[in-house]
Amino acid sequence: MSRYNRHIILSEIGQEGQDKISDAKVLVIGAGGLGCPILQYLTAAGVGSLGIIDYDVVELTNLQRQVLFGKSSLGQNKAKAAKARLQDLNNEISIVAYPEKLNFTNAVDLFSQYHIIVDGSDNFETRYLVNDACIITNKPLVFGAIYKFEGQVSVFNSKNGPSYRCLFPNPPKKDSIPNCSEIGVLGVLPGIIGTMQANEVLKIILELGNTLSGKLLCYNALTSQISTLKVNRNEAVFQSVLKDKDSFHKTKIEFNCKAEVKDVSIETFLSEKNIQFIDVREKHEHPIIGDLEVLHIPLSQLENNLDKIDVTKKKAVFCQSGIRSKQAVSILHALNINDCFSITEGASEINDKLKDYQKISTK
Amino acid sequence: MHITIKYLGQIAEVTNTQEESLEFSGSLVSELLETLLSKYDSLKTKDFQIAQNQELVSFETKLTGAEIALLPPFAGG
Repeated sequence: MSRYNRHIILSEIGQEGQDKISDAKVLVIGAGGLGCPILQYLTAAGVGSLGIIDYDVVELTNLQRQVLFGKSSLGQNKAKAAKARLQDLNNEISIVAYPEKLNFTNAVDLFSQYHIIVDGSDNFETRYLVNDACIITNKPLVFGAIYKFEGQVSVFNSKNGPSYRCLFPNPPKKDSIPNCSEIGVLGVLPGIIGTMQANEVLKIILELGNTLSGKLLCYNALTSQISTLKVNRNEAVFQSVLKDKDSFHKTKIEFNCKAEVKDVSIETFLSEKNIQFIDVREKHEHPIIGDLEVLHIPLSQLENNLDKIDVTKKKAVFCQSGIRSKQAVSILHALNINDCFSITEGASEINDKLKDYQKISTK
Repeated sequence: MHITIKYLGQIAEVTNTQEESLEFSGSLVSELLETLLSKYDSLKTKDFQIAQNQELVSFETKLTGAEIALLPPFAGG
C-alpha cells in the first residue's frame, strides 16, 4: 500500500491531488521553531522537492521547540541537520539544504527554482527581503511569525492578493521588538503556527478550500482565541518593489538604529563618577552583580519605568550578552533620553572585570 | 459610541491589558488613536496597525467600529 494512502482515500485529494503534491517545489526559509514543523509535515506529505535555507547551527536552547533536532545535532548546520532527519522520514522526495544566509544577491535566483516560498525566519530584515523577492519572482508566500504566546499566519502575493507590505509597509524603525532568543517563547507555539503554514502550503498546491490570502490569522495560545483580520491589496506597494527590480540584487540591508548604539567596555565607567548602571535582564537571571550599585529594569518593562532613570547621570546599560542592552539603548534614544551607553561585556564578564579592578585599586 | 479595544502582542505590555471598553465621541480612527496615545505614553514607541471590525484600516478612516484592534508586527520564528 502507498505511503500516501490516507491522502489518496480522501475524495478531495485522491491520486490526482497526491501527484500535485509530488510535483510541488517548496522553499522553506529558516529551519528553526517554525521551519521544523513546516518541513516535517511537508516531507511526510510527500512534497516532491523541498529546499531548506538556514546558515545557523543547532544549539541546546533550540531543542525546547525545534523538534527535528536532538542532542546528536548540536553544533551542526540547521539546514543540513534537518535534511538528514527528513530524508529518514521520507527518502522518496528530493531535499536540498542551503547552509547559507539568504540575502539580496541570492534570493531571486533561489526563489525562481521553487513554486511556493514559506517564511520561517526570525527577523524583520529577512521577512521584508523574502516578501520583496516573492513580489519580484511572482511566488506565493506563506507567512508565519510568533511573539511569546501569540502568532500570525497569512498567505501573501497569491492570486492578486496583498503582500506583507500591504499590512506593514516598512520594517519597524524603532528597533523595539526583541526576538525569541531575547524574550522567550512557548515551545509549542511555533509548532502550532508552523503546522498552520504547512496546511496553507498544501491548500495552495491542491487548490483546495480557502487560503489565508487577504486575511491575517492571529492566534493567542493563552486564550485559545483566533481572530482573522481582512487585509486589502495596496497596488502602490507592488509597483514600488517592482520599480527597483533590476537593482534588487545590489541592495544593502539597511542598518537601523541598532548599529548606531555605542558599545563601551565596563572598564571605561569604573573610574568615573555620576554613572547610573542599569541591568535590563529579567529578575531571575544570574549572575548577580555584587559590587556595583545597579538599577534593575527588565527590557520588557523599560518603557514603564522611565521615571527611575536619572537624566542627570550617564546611563551604562548591561545584560547577559550585550544584545538586550543595545536594544534598551535604542529604545532610550528613541525616547530622547540621551547619554546612554551599552556595555560590551555580559554580566559574568562584568563581575570578572570588577574583581580585577578591585585588586588593582586596593594594591 | 461604545468601543471595545483589543491590544495584541507587545502592545498589551504597554497597556497592561489585552482588552478594554470605552465611550468615545470622535469621528476618525486617528482621533481615537490620539486619545490612546495620551493615555499610554509609551505607545508612541511602538509600531502597529489598526483593525476596525476585523479589517485593517488607515488611521484616517471614519470610525464606525464597535471593535478596534492594535496589531503590532511579529518577527519571531
